[in-house]
Amino acid sequence: MITINAILDIFPQLMRGLGVTVTVLLASAVLAYLMAFIAGLCRLSQNVIIRKFTGFYVEVFRGTSLIVQLFWLYYAIPMLFGIQLGSNWWTGVIAIGLNYGAYLSEVVRGSILSVAKGQTEAAVALNMSRFQRMRLIIFPQAVRMMLPEFGNYTIQMLKGTSLVSLIGMTDVLYYGDIMRSTNLAQAPLIYLLVLVFYFILALPLIWLTRKGESISKKGVASG
Amino acid sequence: MSSTYWSWERFFDALPFVLQGLGMTVGLTITCYLFALLFGFVWTFLRRIPNKAFHWIVTWVMEFIRSTPPLVQLFFIYYAWPMIPGIGVTLGPFTSAVLGLGIHFSTYIGEIYRSGIESVDKGQLEASKALNFSTFDKWRKIILPQALPPTIPMLGNYFIIMFKEVPLASTIGVAGILLMANTYGAQNWAYLEPLTIVGMIFLALSYPSAVLIKKLEVKMNTRFDKKATVEKAKKGAVM
Repeated sequence: MITINAILDIFPQLMRGLGVTVTVLLASAVLAYLMAFIAGLCRLSQNVIIRKFTGFYVEVFRGTSLIVQLFWLYYAIPMLFGIQLGSNWWTGVIAIGLNYGAYLSEVVRGSILSVAKGQTEAAVALNMSRFQRMRLIIFPQAVRMMLPEFGNYTIQMLKGTSLVSLIGMTDVLYYGDIMRSTNLAQAPLIYLLVLVFYFILALPLIWLTRKGESISKKGVASG
Repeated sequence: MSSTYWSWERFFDALPFVLQGLGMTVGLTITCYLFALLFGFVWTFLRRIPNKAFHWIVTWVMEFIRSTPPLVQLFFIYYAWPMIPGIGVTLGPFTSAVLGLGIHFSTYIGEIYRSGIESVDKGQLEASKALNFSTFDKWRKIILPQALPPTIPMLGNYFIIMFKEVPLASTIGVAGILLMANTYGAQNWAYLEPLTIVGMIFLALSYPSAVLIKKLEVKMNTRFDKKATVEKAKKGAVM
């Protein structure tokens, strides 16, 4: 059943969805990283209103599932406000970006908080302003600690992009589903190849995550 | 019934309808989770078999399952599994979801077990060997009782993560709250209220659980803080 010919048939079909999967991943990753730093820093703000407001955003997006958020943005937003979020592509990007942005903001917050207190004290002693302390002392140390988690969540985002096929985007999974519906007996091979396809896309991310792990450990005394 | 904007009337109309799926969502979460907890041990066991090639294969199979979308894995088990000649059997949506999500998350759970086992001091192993414990007793009485309790908060987190992944099963027809909401939406062309209800149910259940687990984590950390115990021991030795 698994013949080279069948694989050669199926793979090019899946390739047609590559563009959507990759662009959704890249755009939602950019949005998620952006939200992560904005929300992560806002939650450390001294202003109570900003802190509570970002806290609300983070808890709502972390407390519900991505698929619910995606459907909500896709079906409910147009009904609530009478507007569309641009296109389905944008709906997918916004859902994935905001969802993982919320998770990553906790990583940003945690990393900044875990920079040793002595660093802040030393910076104060050197008469640095609050902004200088963050930019020159805390942030460069915190970013290194964030790298592995950012890698992990980017892999999660790649997995999340498969959901956009549910709102009619023509991604890799969509073409797999189309092929399965016309050729039921080939289903095992088709879905196996879809999985392999996602895995190939994940490989560079896995590699980057491991790289990030070694960078974050370098030069840090254990314990 | 065309509908824009929020309607409380529809909200209360949809609420009982959506809630019909809550038992299924919670039930599926618990079943998937228990399956993942059990299957996690299989991975941990397989990875401990001292054969380099085998270890490499198991590691990459785990990596493969972990870094590919659970949605596709669900489709694979639900649509593709019955078509495999010889071993293929048709599985219902519920069983497919338990297998799909259970296996997917068991790879994470397996890693947690591993980290717990690795955190047990090597001296404990040596001591149990010196005391002539059998392999079974060594694991049951020495290693696992020390390895597992510190992992409880992490395992608890995965329960919440599992709960949030379970609505994926609506795509293969498990009638949880998300499928009920979509059904209501399609029947009345009103998605706003039912989907909002789904979001609220998730928030209402997962937020308190997250707070609870956070508390558990703090408690466990003070109880199982290895560094603190070692430090204490050292201090004792000096004095």
